[in-house]
Amino acid sequence: MKRLTILLALALGAGAATAATLKATLLHPADDARLERSRAERAYLGHPTGPAEDGVQMALQEGAFELDAAGARVSLEARPAASLDAARATAVAAEKGGAAVLLADLPADWLLAVTDAVKIPVLNLGEASDRLRTQDCRARLFHLMPSERMRADALAQTLVSRKWTNVLLLIGPSPADQQRAATVQAAMKRYGLKTVASKPFKMSADPRERDLANPLLLTAGAQYDAVWVVDSDGEFARTLPYRTVLPRPVVGDAGLVPVAWHAQFERFGAPQVSRRFMKAAKRPMTAHDWSAWMAGKALVGAAVAAPKGPAAAWAQALAKTPVDGSKGVGMTFRPWDGQLRQPMLLTDGQGVISQAPIEGLLHPTNVLDTLGHDAPEKLCKQPR
Amino acid sequence: MTIPHRTVAGLALALAAAAAAAQGTAYVSSEKDDALTLIDTKTLTVKGTIPICKRGRHIQRLPDGTLMVACTDSNAAEVIDPATGKSVRRLPLGDEPEAFDVSPDGKTIYVSNEDEAEASFVDAATGKVLKSIKVGQEPEGVKVSADGKTLYVTSEVASMVHVIDVASATVVKNVKVGKRPRRMAITPDGKELWVTNELDASVSIVSTADHSVIGSIKFAVKGARAEDISPVGITMTKDGKRAFVSLGKANHVAFVDVPGRKVTDLVLVGKRAWNVTLDKAESRLWVVNGLSDDVTVIDVAAAKAIKSIPVGRVPYGVVIVE
Repeated sequence: MKRLTILLALALGAGAATAATLKATLLHPADDARLERSRAERAYLGHPTGPAEDGVQMALQEGAFELDAAGARVSLEARPAASLDAARATAVAAEKGGAAVLLADLPADWLLAVTDAVKIPVLNLGEASDRLRTQDCRARLFHLMPSERMRADALAQTLVSRKWTNVLLLIGPSPADQQRAATVQAAMKRYGLKTVASKPFKMSADPRERDLANPLLLTAGAQYDAVWVVDSDGEFARTLPYRTVLPRPVVGDAGLVPVAWHAQFERFGAPQVSRRFMKAAKRPMTAHDWSAWMAGKALVGAAVAAPKGPAAAWAQALAKTPVDGSKGVGMTFRPWDGQLRQPMLLTDGQGVISQAPIEGLLHPTNVLDTLGHDAPEKLCKQPR
Repeated sequence: MTIPHRTVAGLALALAAAAAAAQGTAYVSSEKDDALTLIDTKTLTVKGTIPICKRGRHIQRLPDGTLMVACTDSNAAEVIDPATGKSVRRLPLGDEPEAFDVSPDGKTIYVSNEDEAEASFVDAATGKVLKSIKVGQEPEGVKVSADGKTLYVTSEVASMVHVIDVASATVVKNVKVGKRPRRMAITPDGKELWVTNELDASVSIVSTADHSVIGSIKFAVKGARAEDISPVGITMTKDGKRAFVSLGKANHVAFVDVPGRKVTDLVLVGKRAWNVTLDKAESRLWVVNGLSDDVTVIDVAAAKAIKSIPVGRVPYGVVIVE
């Protein structure tokens, strides 16, 4: 907060006196299990490694010039919540306190409870679950983080472009793994990939369970072009590459991984963004940080489009103003499910190997809409 | 002395050819080679390379005839004497210099320092940073007015052109243009500043008198969607009648009728057409293709590409010395 105020004051100071301040509140879990040191240090691809506030703050600071030129202001307050009920209460209090937008880095259930408790737009920073974009979608809910389906589509397209058609699927034991595996299988079907076998795996050193735990046994007995591993936890997937019976690439949650951002992305001015983030937050910028940064940029965009407010004007501008996320295109929210359409990056953790949508793929209106659920599918029934 | 007719005719032909393609050298910077590629402008073949500082980007001729190329990863510029093809000195240019322009007297270099979000005034003789001005994030294009009094710097993140008064070294106006403004050109009469907007498929036209946006030109390419058109490079003819704008991902260069503010031709070039420059006779346009590692030479009159020449990795800018 303090940093931001100083910076705004430093900037040109024109017309700021009459401006309304777009107040935003960021809700995040207290004692976030995802960010426990032992987990954050693993830095599994697709997992967060630090608080969402870092990315949002960076965007607001970068926006100082633009905000000032428009005579607009944005303020951010971060509030931890220890439970679903606490998150809901905090959201209601924030709205009463004048917040015009909520930013949420919360689990899906919490996110829905929060969204249903207020009347202002809610930006989803970190939750990828597909149900928030389909059966449980909400008219005021916007998603910066790409959905699981977008990630699966991006990877399926990439396999198609490589002609790696036959896939061995390895699926973890958690309910999240089961759900994500269904998303993966649907994406494979859409893009004409073949599942040569689908096997459950389990982290275990028990010799009686070695069929479930040993990578050599799991990957034996089939011919495949790639192994797609679904492992929401990350520990099993991390050491799967180079341990398969056949010398084939691992993709999914290790090996080649579809993400919204990677600090080694080299195109479209991305290195400057990652460098600024590293400087400010002292860690490499992940996909979660990028989504948080984009949320901050969306706030700046809305405030600049409607410097005097009121809240309704900000809400409208938020839904419509394209945001530049250094991925080469201006990005907008899909009107049918509130998802930010965006290119995806395929990374092995060392660099960005390729992007999706793959080259040559066609779409009637916007090729970015080949990633994730498209308008004609009508999977979100909430009118916007 | 009598000269056989045939020889006269031959000489005339040779002269005509020379006018079309004068003897000279094109110097192409590329981001991943730490070298300039030299192309013979007559034969359109590579004739050599010159090692330079790290990650060469913007390249420009200085008033004294030398060439300066900014090296982002060396925090410096290399100054090359085209007569010898050798570096004559290396000049500090502040942190992470990307683009620059030179004061009309050649004494000051104006630089965009992308990571620091600053525009710096650098003493051309000593490399000392005289002044630094905070601007929006990711400053890119730098252009100084012909009288040297006003400096324009684009910020890609803030989507604005910062108008800087050189004498007081302060930002006097922030002009909101299209998304991700990159490069600029000033009409020879000094009245209009043209700014390319990478994520808006457009050029914004800014009045230099009151710094208001007085017009814009949207680009359209058959078979390409608006989001695939990313204008970056721009240059103008000396008479101010025509502008040439590279359209980035659309792999084309647009020829623009400046007074009419209309696109007259679109020429297919290499991948991600980036910076552009004209030769002295303005008969050929050189286009740097960042993602196909080559430059395309266009016959301006015919609005047709003549040849694409492979250069270094991720080429960035080109200057022609004739």
